[in-house]
Amino acid sequence: MTDSRKPYSPRDWSAHPAIIAPDYKSTRLRGATKPLIPIKQTLSELTGPVFGQDSLGDLDNDLTKNGRKDGEPLGERIIVSGKVVDELGRPQPNMLVEGWQANAAGRYVHKVDQHNAPLDPNFFGGGRCVTDENGFYRFYSIKPGAYPWGNHPNAWRPNHIHFSLFGPSLCTRLVTQMYFPGDPLLDLDPIFLATPEKARARLVSDFDLSLTEEEFALGYRFDIVLRGPQETPMETPMETA
Amino acid sequence: MNSGKLHGGQTPSQTVGPYFAYGLTPQQYGYPLASIASSDLRSPEVEGQAIRIEGRVLDGAGEVVNDAMIEIWQADPQGRYAHPADTRGGNIAFKGFGRCGTGTDPENRFVFDSVKPGAVDDSQAPHVNVIVFMRGLLSHLYTRLYFADEAEANAQDPVLQSVPAERRDTLIAEGKTAGGVTVYRFDIHMQGERETVFFDV
Repeated sequence: MTDSRKPYSPRDWSAHPAIIAPDYKSTRLRGATKPLIPIKQTLSELTGPVFGQDSLGDLDNDLTKNGRKDGEPLGERIIVSGKVVDELGRPQPNMLVEGWQANAAGRYVHKVDQHNAPLDPNFFGGGRCVTDENGFYRFYSIKPGAYPWGNHPNAWRPNHIHFSLFGPSLCTRLVTQMYFPGDPLLDLDPIFLATPEKARARLVSDFDLSLTEEEFALGYRFDIVLRGPQETPMETPMETA
Repeated sequence: MNSGKLHGGQTPSQTVGPYFAYGLTPQQYGYPLASIASSDLRSPEVEGQAIRIEGRVLDGAGEVVNDAMIEIWQADPQGRYAHPADTRGGNIAFKGFGRCGTGTDPENRFVFDSVKPGAVDDSQAPHVNVIVFMRGLLSHLYTRLYFADEAEANAQDPVLQSVPAERRDTLIAEGKTAGGVTVYRFDIHMQGERETVFFDV
Protein backbone atom coordinates (compact mmCIF):
# COMPACT_ATOMS: atom_id res chain seq x y z
CA MET A 1 0.00 0.00 0.00
CA THR A 2 1.01 3.60 -0.21
CA ASP A 3 0.95 4.79 3.37
CA SER A 4 4.66 5.58 3.34
CA ARG A 5 4.14 8.11 0.56
CA LYS A 6 3.24 11.65 1.40
CA PRO A 7 -0.14 12.75 0.19
CA TYR A 8 -0.60 16.01 -1.68
CA SER A 9 -2.37 18.99 -0.20
CA PRO A 10 -6.00 19.24 -1.28
CA ARG A 11 -7.15 21.43 -4.12
CA ASP A 12 -7.54 24.88 -2.59
CA TRP A 13 -11.12 25.75 -3.42
CA SER A 14 -10.63 29.26 -2.09
CA ALA A 15 -8.33 29.81 -5.10
CA HIS A 16 -10.00 27.75 -7.85
CA PRO A 17 -13.20 28.83 -9.61
CA ALA A 18 -16.49 27.38 -8.46
CA ILE A 19 -17.67 24.41 -10.52
CA ILE A 20 -20.70 26.40 -11.58
CA ALA A 21 -20.23 30.14 -12.17
CA PRO A 22 -23.55 31.34 -13.63
CA ASP A 23 -22.10 34.41 -15.41
CA TYR A 24 -20.08 31.98 -17.54
CA LYS A 25 -23.15 30.46 -19.11
CA SER A 26 -21.72 27.14 -20.26
CA THR A 27 -21.06 26.15 -16.65
CA ARG A 28 -24.78 26.04 -15.89
CA LEU A 29 -25.43 22.77 -17.69
CA ARG A 30 -21.90 21.39 -17.66
CA GLY A 31 -20.75 21.81 -14.07
CA ALA A 32 -21.40 19.05 -11.54
CA THR A 33 -24.13 19.99 -9.07
CA LYS A 34 -23.45 17.53 -6.28
CA PRO A 35 -20.57 17.99 -3.82
CA LEU A 36 -17.32 16.30 -4.78
CA ILE A 37 -16.65 13.26 -2.61
CA PRO A 38 -13.29 13.48 -0.85
CA ILE A 39 -11.13 10.38 -0.99
CA LYS A 40 -7.87 9.37 0.62
CA GLN A 41 -5.10 9.50 -1.94
CA THR A 42 -3.85 6.07 -2.99
CA LEU A 43 -1.19 5.00 -5.43
CA SER A 44 -3.73 5.80 -8.16
CA GLU A 45 -3.62 9.49 -7.26
CA LEU A 46 0.03 9.66 -6.15
CA THR A 47 1.24 8.51 -9.56
CA GLY A 48 0.61 10.01 -12.98
CA PRO A 49 1.93 10.04 -16.52
CA VAL A 50 5.59 10.94 -16.92
CA PHE A 51 6.74 13.00 -19.91
CA GLY A 52 10.30 14.15 -20.44
CA GLN A 53 12.44 15.77 -23.12
CA ASP A 54 11.86 12.75 -25.34
CA SER A 55 8.24 13.82 -25.81
CA LEU A 56 9.29 17.03 -27.57
CA GLY A 57 9.90 17.88 -31.20
CA ASP A 58 12.62 20.35 -32.14
CA LEU A 59 10.42 23.41 -32.59
CA ASP A 60 7.73 22.54 -30.06
CA ASN A 61 8.57 25.48 -27.78
CA ASP A 62 8.86 28.02 -30.60
CA LEU A 63 5.44 29.02 -31.91
CA THR A 64 7.05 31.65 -34.12
CA LYS A 65 8.61 28.82 -36.12
CA ASN A 66 6.57 25.66 -35.72
CA GLY A 67 3.74 26.77 -38.01
CA ARG A 68 5.72 28.46 -40.76
CA LYS A 69 4.78 27.75 -44.37
CA ASP A 70 6.34 30.53 -46.43
CA GLY A 71 7.33 33.27 -44.03
CA GLU A 72 7.17 34.59 -40.50
CA PRO A 73 3.95 34.85 -38.51
CA LEU A 74 2.50 38.34 -38.10
CA GLY A 75 2.21 40.07 -34.75
CA GLU A 76 4.24 41.05 -31.76
CA ARG A 77 6.89 38.46 -30.90
CA ILE A 78 6.89 37.49 -27.22
CA ILE A 79 8.85 35.26 -24.88
CA VAL A 80 6.80 33.62 -22.15
CA SER A 81 8.76 32.06 -19.36
CA GLY A 82 8.32 31.19 -15.74
CA LYS A 83 9.07 28.86 -12.93
CA VAL A 84 6.95 25.86 -12.02
CA VAL A 85 7.04 25.23 -8.28
CA ASP A 86 4.98 23.42 -5.68
CA GLU A 87 3.30 25.16 -2.78
CA LEU A 88 6.50 24.97 -0.74
CA GLY A 89 8.29 26.89 -3.49
CA ARG A 90 10.29 23.87 -4.62
CA PRO A 91 11.16 23.87 -8.34
CA GLN A 92 9.49 21.18 -10.42
CA PRO A 93 12.08 20.07 -12.98
CA ASN A 94 11.46 17.97 -16.08
CA MET A 95 7.73 18.67 -16.19
CA LEU A 96 5.76 18.88 -19.40
CA VAL A 97 4.08 22.24 -20.13
CA GLU A 98 1.63 22.30 -23.04
CA GLY A 99 0.30 25.56 -24.48
CA TRP A 100 -2.10 26.79 -27.13
CA GLN A 101 -3.42 30.18 -28.16
CA ALA A 102 -5.06 32.36 -30.80
CA ASN A 103 -3.01 34.21 -33.40
CA ALA A 104 -2.32 37.96 -33.31
CA ALA A 105 -5.71 38.67 -34.87
CA GLY A 106 -7.57 36.67 -32.24
CA ARG A 107 -8.26 33.66 -34.43
CA TYR A 108 -7.62 30.03 -33.52
CA VAL A 109 -6.68 27.51 -36.18
CA HIS A 110 -9.32 25.22 -34.65
CA LYS A 111 -11.87 24.23 -37.28
CA VAL A 112 -14.86 25.29 -35.21
CA ASP A 113 -13.55 28.83 -34.64
CA GLN A 114 -15.64 30.92 -37.05
CA HIS A 115 -14.54 34.34 -35.82
CA ASN A 116 -14.26 36.67 -38.80
CA ALA A 117 -10.59 37.50 -38.31
CA PRO A 118 -7.78 36.30 -40.53
CA LEU A 119 -5.92 33.06 -40.07
CA ASP A 120 -2.16 33.42 -40.31
CA PRO A 121 -0.75 30.81 -42.68
CA ASN A 122 2.52 30.92 -40.77
CA PHE A 123 1.13 30.52 -37.27
CA PHE A 124 -0.21 27.34 -35.72
CA GLY A 125 -0.54 28.31 -32.06
CA GLY A 126 0.16 25.03 -30.27
CA GLY A 127 3.36 23.92 -28.60
CA ARG A 128 4.99 22.41 -25.55
CA CYS A 129 8.17 22.33 -23.56
CA VAL A 130 9.66 20.67 -20.50
CA THR A 131 10.90 22.53 -17.43
CA ASP A 132 14.66 22.62 -16.88
CA GLU A 133 16.50 21.48 -13.76
CA ASN A 134 15.46 24.67 -11.96
CA GLY A 135 11.80 24.37 -12.92
CA PHE A 136 11.84 26.99 -15.69
CA TYR A 137 9.94 26.71 -18.96
CA ARG A 138 10.29 29.05 -21.95
CA PHE A 139 8.17 29.61 -25.07
CA TYR A 140 8.64 31.89 -28.04
CA SER A 141 5.36 33.03 -29.50
CA ILE A 142 3.23 35.83 -30.90
CA LYS A 143 1.06 37.91 -28.59
CA PRO A 144 -2.47 36.48 -28.96
CA GLY A 145 -5.33 38.82 -29.89
CA ALA A 146 -8.64 39.22 -28.12
CA TYR A 147 -11.68 37.62 -29.71
CA PRO A 148 -15.45 37.78 -29.37
CA TRP A 149 -17.50 34.93 -27.95
CA GLY A 150 -21.15 34.23 -27.49
CA ASN A 151 -21.48 34.30 -23.71
CA HIS A 152 -23.32 37.63 -23.63
CA PRO A 153 -23.77 40.62 -25.96
CA ASN A 154 -20.46 42.16 -27.04
CA ALA A 155 -18.44 39.64 -25.04
CA TRP A 156 -14.68 39.52 -25.69
CA ARG A 157 -12.10 37.21 -24.21
CA PRO A 158 -9.00 39.00 -22.94
CA ASN A 159 -5.69 38.08 -24.54
CA HIS A 160 -4.65 34.76 -23.08
CA ILE A 161 -2.56 31.63 -23.51
CA HIS A 162 -3.84 28.23 -22.39
CA PHE A 163 -1.49 26.08 -20.31
CA SER A 164 -1.72 22.41 -19.36
CA LEU A 165 0.57 20.71 -16.83
CA PHE A 166 0.65 17.31 -15.19
CA GLY A 167 3.18 17.88 -12.43
CA PRO A 168 4.43 14.85 -10.56
CA SER A 169 1.10 13.07 -10.03
CA LEU A 170 -2.54 12.87 -10.99
CA CYS A 171 -3.26 15.19 -8.04
CA THR A 172 -1.17 17.99 -9.46
CA ARG A 173 -2.87 18.11 -12.87
CA LEU A 174 -3.60 21.70 -13.85
CA VAL A 175 -5.15 23.39 -16.86
CA THR A 176 -5.13 27.16 -16.66
CA GLN A 177 -4.91 30.38 -18.69
CA MET A 178 -2.27 33.09 -18.58
CA TYR A 179 -3.42 36.67 -19.08
CA PHE A 180 -1.52 39.87 -19.86
CA PRO A 181 -1.02 42.80 -17.49
CA GLY A 182 -3.22 45.86 -17.90
CA ASP A 183 -5.79 44.22 -20.16
CA PRO A 184 -9.06 46.17 -19.80
CA LEU A 185 -11.06 43.10 -20.78
CA LEU A 186 -10.08 41.25 -17.60
CA ASP A 187 -12.63 43.15 -15.54
CA LEU A 188 -15.36 42.12 -17.99
CA ASP A 189 -14.48 38.47 -18.50
CA PRO A 190 -16.69 35.96 -16.67
CA ILE A 191 -14.07 33.21 -16.98
CA PHE A 192 -11.33 35.27 -15.32
CA LEU A 193 -13.83 36.70 -12.83
CA ALA A 194 -15.03 33.20 -11.85
CA THR A 195 -11.70 32.89 -10.06
CA PRO A 196 -11.91 33.99 -6.42
CA GLU A 197 -10.71 37.58 -6.20
CA LYS A 198 -7.74 36.88 -3.95
CA ALA A 199 -6.26 34.46 -6.49
CA ARG A 200 -6.91 36.34 -9.76
CA ALA A 201 -3.52 38.06 -9.83
CA ARG A 202 -1.89 34.63 -10.01
CA LEU A 203 -3.31 34.29 -13.54
CA VAL A 204 -1.84 37.56 -14.81
CA SER A 205 1.67 37.53 -16.21
CA ASP A 206 4.19 40.30 -15.58
CA PHE A 207 5.96 42.25 -18.26
CA ASP A 208 9.62 41.43 -17.59
CA LEU A 209 12.31 43.49 -19.27
CA SER A 210 14.95 40.96 -18.23
CA LEU A 211 13.21 38.30 -20.34
CA THR A 212 12.95 40.65 -23.29
CA GLU A 213 15.42 40.01 -26.12
CA GLU A 214 16.76 43.24 -27.55
CA GLU A 215 15.46 44.05 -31.03
CA PHE A 216 13.61 40.74 -31.12
CA ALA A 217 10.83 40.05 -28.63
CA LEU A 218 9.11 41.29 -25.47
CA GLY A 219 9.23 39.11 -22.37
CA TYR A 220 6.43 38.07 -20.03
CA ARG A 221 6.87 36.09 -16.84
CA PHE A 222 4.26 33.60 -15.68
CA ASP A 223 5.04 31.43 -12.67
CA ILE A 224 2.90 28.42 -11.89
CA VAL A 225 2.27 26.89 -8.48
CA LEU A 226 1.16 23.26 -8.31
CA ARG A 227 -0.17 21.40 -5.31
CA GLY A 228 2.57 20.40 -2.89
CA PRO A 229 2.93 17.85 -0.13
CA GLN A 230 0.34 17.97 2.57
CA GLU A 231 2.19 19.30 5.58
CA THR A 232 -0.08 18.04 8.31
CA PRO A 233 -2.47 15.13 7.91
CA MET A 234 -5.98 16.38 7.57
CA GLU A 235 -9.21 14.42 7.55
CA THR A 236 -11.55 17.35 7.01
CA PRO A 237 -13.61 17.04 3.83
CA MET A 238 -13.12 19.91 1.42
CA GLU A 239 -15.99 22.15 0.45
CA THR A 240 -16.50 22.43 -3.27
CA ALA A 241 -17.86 25.89 -3.74
CA MET B 1 1.35 40.69 -10.28
CA ASN B 2 2.31 37.06 -10.84
CA SER B 3 5.97 36.74 -10.00
CA GLY B 4 7.01 37.14 -6.43
CA LYS B 5 3.85 35.24 -5.58
CA LEU B 6 5.43 31.85 -5.78
CA HIS B 7 4.45 31.21 -2.20
CA GLY B 8 1.02 32.73 -2.67
CA GLY B 9 -0.71 29.45 -3.25
CA GLN B 10 -2.02 27.23 -6.02
CA THR B 11 -2.39 28.67 -9.50
CA PRO B 12 -6.13 28.70 -10.17
CA SER B 13 -7.62 26.34 -12.70
CA GLN B 14 -9.29 27.69 -15.84
CA THR B 15 -11.39 25.96 -18.47
CA VAL B 16 -9.74 24.08 -21.30
CA GLY B 17 -12.10 26.05 -23.59
CA PRO B 18 -13.53 25.02 -26.96
CA TYR B 19 -10.25 25.07 -28.91
CA PHE B 20 -7.98 22.66 -27.04
CA ALA B 21 -7.85 20.10 -29.85
CA TYR B 22 -4.91 21.40 -31.87
CA GLY B 23 -2.85 21.85 -28.72
CA LEU B 24 -3.71 18.75 -26.68
CA THR B 25 -5.10 16.17 -29.12
CA PRO B 26 -3.68 17.38 -32.45
CA GLN B 27 -3.24 14.06 -34.25
CA GLN B 28 -6.69 12.82 -33.35
CA TYR B 29 -8.19 15.96 -34.92
CA GLY B 30 -5.87 16.03 -37.92
CA TYR B 31 -3.63 18.94 -36.96
CA PRO B 32 0.06 18.97 -37.91
CA LEU B 33 1.59 18.45 -34.47
CA ALA B 34 2.57 15.15 -32.88
CA SER B 35 0.40 14.16 -29.90
CA ILE B 36 1.98 13.24 -26.58
CA ALA B 37 -0.68 10.60 -25.99
CA SER B 38 -3.51 8.94 -27.85
CA SER B 39 -6.60 6.89 -27.11
CA ASP B 40 -4.77 3.62 -27.78
CA LEU B 41 -2.86 2.42 -24.73
CA ARG B 42 -2.13 -1.04 -26.06
CA SER B 43 1.17 -2.23 -27.41
CA PRO B 44 2.15 -5.64 -28.73
CA GLU B 45 4.45 -6.24 -25.76
CA VAL B 46 1.71 -5.90 -23.17
CA GLU B 47 -0.16 -9.07 -22.39
CA GLY B 48 -3.53 -8.81 -20.78
CA GLN B 49 -7.23 -8.79 -21.41
CA ALA B 50 -7.95 -6.40 -24.28
CA ILE B 51 -10.62 -3.90 -23.38
CA ARG B 52 -12.28 -0.92 -24.96
CA ILE B 53 -13.73 1.89 -22.90
CA GLU B 54 -16.32 3.98 -24.63
CA GLY B 55 -18.83 6.52 -23.51
CA ARG B 56 -20.35 9.91 -23.96
CA VAL B 57 -20.36 13.04 -21.86
CA LEU B 58 -23.86 14.40 -21.29
CA ASP B 59 -24.77 17.84 -20.01
CA GLY B 60 -27.64 18.80 -17.73
CA ALA B 61 -30.08 18.95 -20.66
CA GLY B 62 -29.09 15.45 -21.77
CA GLU B 63 -27.21 16.82 -24.78
CA VAL B 64 -24.09 14.98 -25.85
CA VAL B 65 -20.99 17.14 -25.33
CA ASN B 66 -18.88 17.24 -28.49
CA ASP B 67 -16.01 19.31 -27.12
CA ALA B 68 -14.95 17.45 -24.00
CA MET B 69 -11.55 15.90 -23.44
CA ILE B 70 -11.16 12.76 -21.35
CA GLU B 71 -7.90 11.53 -19.86
CA ILE B 72 -7.43 8.10 -18.33
CA TRP B 73 -4.67 6.82 -16.08
CA GLN B 74 -4.48 3.18 -15.14
CA ALA B 75 -2.28 0.41 -13.84
CA ASP B 76 -0.99 -2.43 -15.99
CA PRO B 77 -2.60 -5.90 -15.85
CA GLN B 78 -0.44 -6.67 -12.81
CA GLY B 79 -1.70 -3.57 -10.99
CA ARG B 80 1.47 -1.51 -11.38
CA TYR B 81 1.71 2.13 -12.41
CA ALA B 82 4.41 3.38 -14.79
CA HIS B 83 5.64 6.01 -12.33
CA PRO B 84 8.61 6.29 -9.95
CA ALA B 85 6.30 6.32 -6.90
CA ASP B 86 5.30 2.77 -7.79
CA THR B 87 8.51 1.01 -6.84
CA ARG B 88 7.40 -2.40 -8.09
CA GLY B 89 8.40 -1.55 -11.66
CA GLY B 90 5.72 -1.91 -14.29
CA ASN B 91 5.62 -3.05 -17.86
CA ILE B 92 8.08 -0.88 -19.74
CA ALA B 93 5.79 -0.98 -22.74
CA PHE B 94 2.65 0.08 -20.89
CA LYS B 95 2.44 3.78 -20.08
CA GLY B 96 -1.12 3.67 -18.76
CA PHE B 97 -2.14 7.13 -19.96
CA GLY B 98 -4.68 7.99 -22.63
CA ARG B 99 -6.29 11.14 -23.94
CA CYS B 100 -9.30 11.48 -26.22
CA GLY B 101 -11.49 14.35 -27.36
CA THR B 102 -15.18 13.77 -28.06
CA GLY B 103 -15.20 15.76 -31.29
CA THR B 104 -14.14 13.19 -33.87
CA ASP B 105 -16.39 10.18 -33.25
CA PRO B 106 -19.68 10.20 -35.23
CA GLU B 107 -21.55 9.71 -31.94
CA ASN B 108 -19.23 12.06 -30.06
CA ARG B 109 -18.01 9.25 -27.86
CA PHE B 110 -14.60 8.92 -26.30
CA VAL B 111 -13.13 5.53 -27.16
CA PHE B 112 -10.03 4.06 -25.50
CA ASP B 113 -8.34 0.80 -26.41
CA SER B 114 -6.45 -0.65 -23.49
CA VAL B 115 -5.89 -3.69 -21.32
CA LYS B 116 -7.75 -4.39 -18.15
CA PRO B 117 -5.84 -3.10 -15.12
CA GLY B 118 -5.01 -5.35 -12.22
CA ALA B 119 -5.77 -4.48 -8.61
CA VAL B 120 -3.31 -1.85 -7.38
CA ASP B 121 -3.22 -3.11 -3.81
CA ASP B 122 -4.99 -5.51 -1.49
CA SER B 123 -7.93 -3.25 -0.77
CA GLN B 124 -8.81 -1.55 -4.03
CA ALA B 125 -10.75 -3.12 -6.88
CA PRO B 126 -9.36 -2.77 -10.41
CA HIS B 127 -10.23 0.68 -11.71
CA VAL B 128 -9.35 3.35 -14.24
CA ASN B 129 -8.80 6.94 -13.12
CA VAL B 130 -10.68 9.39 -15.31
CA ILE B 131 -10.28 13.17 -15.67
CA VAL B 132 -12.92 15.29 -17.41
CA PHE B 133 -12.21 18.61 -19.14
CA MET B 134 -14.46 20.77 -21.28
CA ARG B 135 -15.61 24.23 -22.18
CA GLY B 136 -17.85 25.27 -19.31
CA LEU B 137 -15.85 23.34 -16.76
CA LEU B 138 -13.58 25.75 -14.92
CA SER B 139 -11.87 23.07 -12.86
CA HIS B 140 -11.27 19.58 -14.20
CA LEU B 141 -13.13 16.79 -12.45
CA TYR B 142 -11.86 13.38 -11.33
CA THR B 143 -13.86 10.20 -11.38
CA ARG B 144 -13.15 6.47 -11.50
CA LEU B 145 -14.36 3.66 -13.71
CA TYR B 146 -14.95 0.31 -12.00
CA PHE B 147 -15.75 -2.94 -13.78
CA ALA B 148 -19.14 -4.61 -13.34
CA ASP B 149 -17.53 -8.05 -13.64
CA GLU B 150 -15.48 -7.40 -10.48
CA ALA B 151 -18.45 -7.39 -8.13
CA GLU B 152 -16.62 -9.11 -5.29
CA ALA B 153 -13.66 -6.73 -5.38
CA ASN B 154 -15.95 -3.76 -5.85
CA ALA B 155 -17.82 -4.69 -2.67
CA GLN B 156 -14.54 -4.32 -0.73
CA ASP B 157 -13.20 -1.20 -2.43
CA PRO B 158 -12.85 1.64 0.10
CA VAL B 159 -13.36 4.42 -2.44
CA LEU B 160 -16.43 2.84 -3.99
CA GLN B 161 -17.84 2.04 -0.58
CA SER B 162 -17.40 5.68 0.48
CA VAL B 163 -19.88 6.65 -2.22
CA PRO B 164 -23.58 6.65 -1.25
CA ALA B 165 -24.99 3.28 -2.36
CA GLU B 166 -27.55 4.80 -4.70
CA ARG B 167 -24.84 6.62 -6.68
CA ARG B 168 -22.30 3.81 -6.95
CA ASP B 169 -23.58 2.50 -10.23
CA THR B 170 -22.59 5.77 -11.94
CA LEU B 171 -19.00 4.51 -11.57
CA ILE B 172 -19.53 0.93 -12.71
CA ALA B 173 -19.13 0.07 -16.38
CA GLU B 174 -20.90 -2.93 -17.85
CA GLY B 175 -18.87 -4.99 -20.28
CA LYS B 176 -19.78 -6.92 -23.42
CA THR B 177 -17.27 -9.32 -24.89
CA ALA B 178 -17.02 -9.93 -28.61
CA GLY B 179 -14.07 -11.04 -30.70
CA GLY B 180 -11.74 -11.25 -27.72
CA VAL B 181 -12.29 -7.64 -26.66
CA THR B 182 -14.52 -6.58 -23.79
CA VAL B 183 -16.18 -3.24 -24.44
CA TYR B 184 -17.04 -1.31 -21.29
CA ARG B 185 -19.61 1.45 -21.53
CA PHE B 186 -19.02 4.48 -19.30
CA ASP B 187 -21.26 7.47 -19.89
CA ILE B 188 -20.42 10.54 -17.85
CA HIS B 189 -23.44 12.55 -16.72
CA MET B 190 -22.48 16.03 -15.58
CA GLN B 191 -25.87 16.65 -13.97
CA GLY B 192 -29.27 15.09 -13.41
CA GLU B 193 -30.57 12.02 -11.66
CA ARG B 194 -27.66 9.92 -12.81
CA GLU B 195 -25.01 12.58 -12.18
CA THR B 196 -21.65 10.84 -12.15
CA VAL B 197 -19.79 10.81 -8.86
CA PHE B 198 -16.78 13.12 -8.96
CA PHE B 199 -14.04 13.01 -6.36
CA ASP B 200 -11.99 15.59 -4.54
CA VAL B 201 -8.68 13.76 -4.71
